[in-house]
Amino acid sequence: MTTTTPPLDKPRRVRRGSVIGNAGLYLAVSVAAVLFLLPFYLIVRNALSTDPEITGENWKWFPTHFQWGNISELFNDETVDFGRSLWNSTVMAVLMTTGILLICSTAGYGLARIPYRHANKVFYAVLATLMVPTAVTFVPSFVLVSSLGWVDTYRGLIIPGLFSGFTCFLFRQYFLGFPKELEEAARVDGLSQWSAYWRVVVPNSLNFFAAMATITFISGWNSFLWPLVIGQDPSAWTVQVALSSYMTNQTVNYHLTFMATAISILPLVFVFLFLQRWLVQGIAQTGIKG
Amino acid sequence: MSTTTTRGTASPAPAKVSGTRPRRGLRASNTLNFWLFTGPFLIGLLIFVFVPIGWSIWLSFFDARFTVTPSNFVGFANYRHMLTNSDFTGSLVTFTVFAAFIVPTTWALSLGLALLVNRLRFMRAFFRSVFFLPTACSYVAAALIWKMAVFNGVRFGLANTVLGWFGIDNVAWISNPSPPWYWLVIVTVRLWLQAGFYMILFLAALQNIPTELYEAASIDGAKSGWQTFRYITLPQLRATSTAVILLLLIAAYQAFDEFYNIITTRATWGQTPLMVLYKTALGANQDYGSGSAGAVILTLLICVITLFQGKIMGFGRGEESK
Repeated sequence: MTTTTPPLDKPRRVRRGSVIGNAGLYLAVSVAAVLFLLPFYLIVRNALSTDPEITGENWKWFPTHFQWGNISELFNDETVDFGRSLWNSTVMAVLMTTGILLICSTAGYGLARIPYRHANKVFYAVLATLMVPTAVTFVPSFVLVSSLGWVDTYRGLIIPGLFSGFTCFLFRQYFLGFPKELEEAARVDGLSQWSAYWRVVVPNSLNFFAAMATITFISGWNSFLWPLVIGQDPSAWTVQVALSSYMTNQTVNYHLTFMATAISILPLVFVFLFLQRWLVQGIAQTGIKG
Repeated sequence: MSTTTTRGTASPAPAKVSGTRPRRGLRASNTLNFWLFTGPFLIGLLIFVFVPIGWSIWLSFFDARFTVTPSNFVGFANYRHMLTNSDFTGSLVTFTVFAAFIVPTTWALSLGLALLVNRLRFMRAFFRSVFFLPTACSYVAAALIWKMAVFNGVRFGLANTVLGWFGIDNVAWISNPSPPWYWLVIVTVRLWLQAGFYMILFLAALQNIPTELYEAASIDGAKSGWQTFRYITLPQLRATSTAVILLLLIAAYQAFDEFYNIITTRATWGQTPLMVLYKTALGANQDYGSGSAGAVILTLLICVITLFQGKIMGFGRGEESK
């Protein structure tokens, strides 16, 4: 990838600040860091406590014994099939990420690189969809999906979200900057445009694909409104809908609710820790370019 | 962070269509290739974006309760119903108040964090990661933590526990709209979730400010600190700031997840536009006509915001200059 993003880790050459100034700076970021981590601490504390410890008279910073049994209790709980919802979210996030990358990257490439007479008109039609936020169109989308009989199905959950004008637009912008010489060399060697794309362009764009995949996976896993609308039956719930149901249950079960929250965040914390580089790069590239 | 929150910031360059006419055979193969690459996407876009929008506009002129194939044409009655409906107009007020809180606070906090992190020389990556980590959290999970652990109205919530150490009585943060403490809950949860994301944007922009500017300023006798921030850093961040503010505004417009889970649709206060649409179209009445009319109105409003954004940021300047 032609790197346009400056490395965020490289500190700017700074003048030598006073010792007091530096101490104040590190004190400020440390206080802010503690506040930012506090909610994560609360999840872990509550997930591994018993309900009497959470709701007790005196605040307890840590449970007397870590209640690892809460995990098996959660998965054996009859009221909400949490395991099922984890599986649904996994299927949804993985298929959505794969589908969006396949469909939107090829479309972005076509719009960026193939000199077709009406390409501009098509591009403006795609741009026009960016004006209408997907969240506002959930009513019409639901009307369509329910007429197709796709309520409570993976199809209904995944397919309407695959055609993201914004992702297509980002891929187009990326491919506009992709060096032409590489493809031309491949074409001279007798590859069709289609195989040149898959054998030359894509392998040389893996950084950008990784960034897009990370962002898409996170937004798929965390999405709530559409899964809520589509998942009428508990068997079709995703993790987020299941979590939401814990909050509205008649009897609140604190330790299970927080164990469920902890497990729902865990995959993203892993994605986050291992793929942070792609994520930061993706945000810096896609967020601001103008 | 959904992709919709970052929409509309990159300025599009006009598609490159070569002026010279290619040979006939090549042109035919270009046409074929174009549809090969873009066909699946465009067919999907047609079915799952354009058809629902068209259908919705059509439905908005019909009495469409419990049906999506209505026959009773009612003209603009659904629009009149939505615009005179206090739930719907109230939700626009909720959005305005929410935006007035969340946009400036997120802007200031994320810029502040970026300025701090940018000055760090040790453990810079560590602190950046800590502030960015909440981005991995979903709105639902964060709403759950805020509602059940931090701002729980009973004694054992963290906020009430801390207040209790100072001898202050329990506060019913969410269940009581007067005084409206629920705004504190709603604003802090989104602040926590979003600040790190926008900090990354500011951090990238800060790195792009040429160091020569600061060197020149110090030669001219500007004191580092407030003076350089006010006259160099802030003006250099103008483009990023504008973009961030508009992204925040559009995200606030679409707020649903944390309101739905913290305040719930059963409450009479704090209902956002999307919650009202949700209740209208998918609630007990299943009024798709009014729900569609509401969606059309909200879409028009957001188009106005986006076009206004275009005016400020020069969105599509490439097209206009042709």
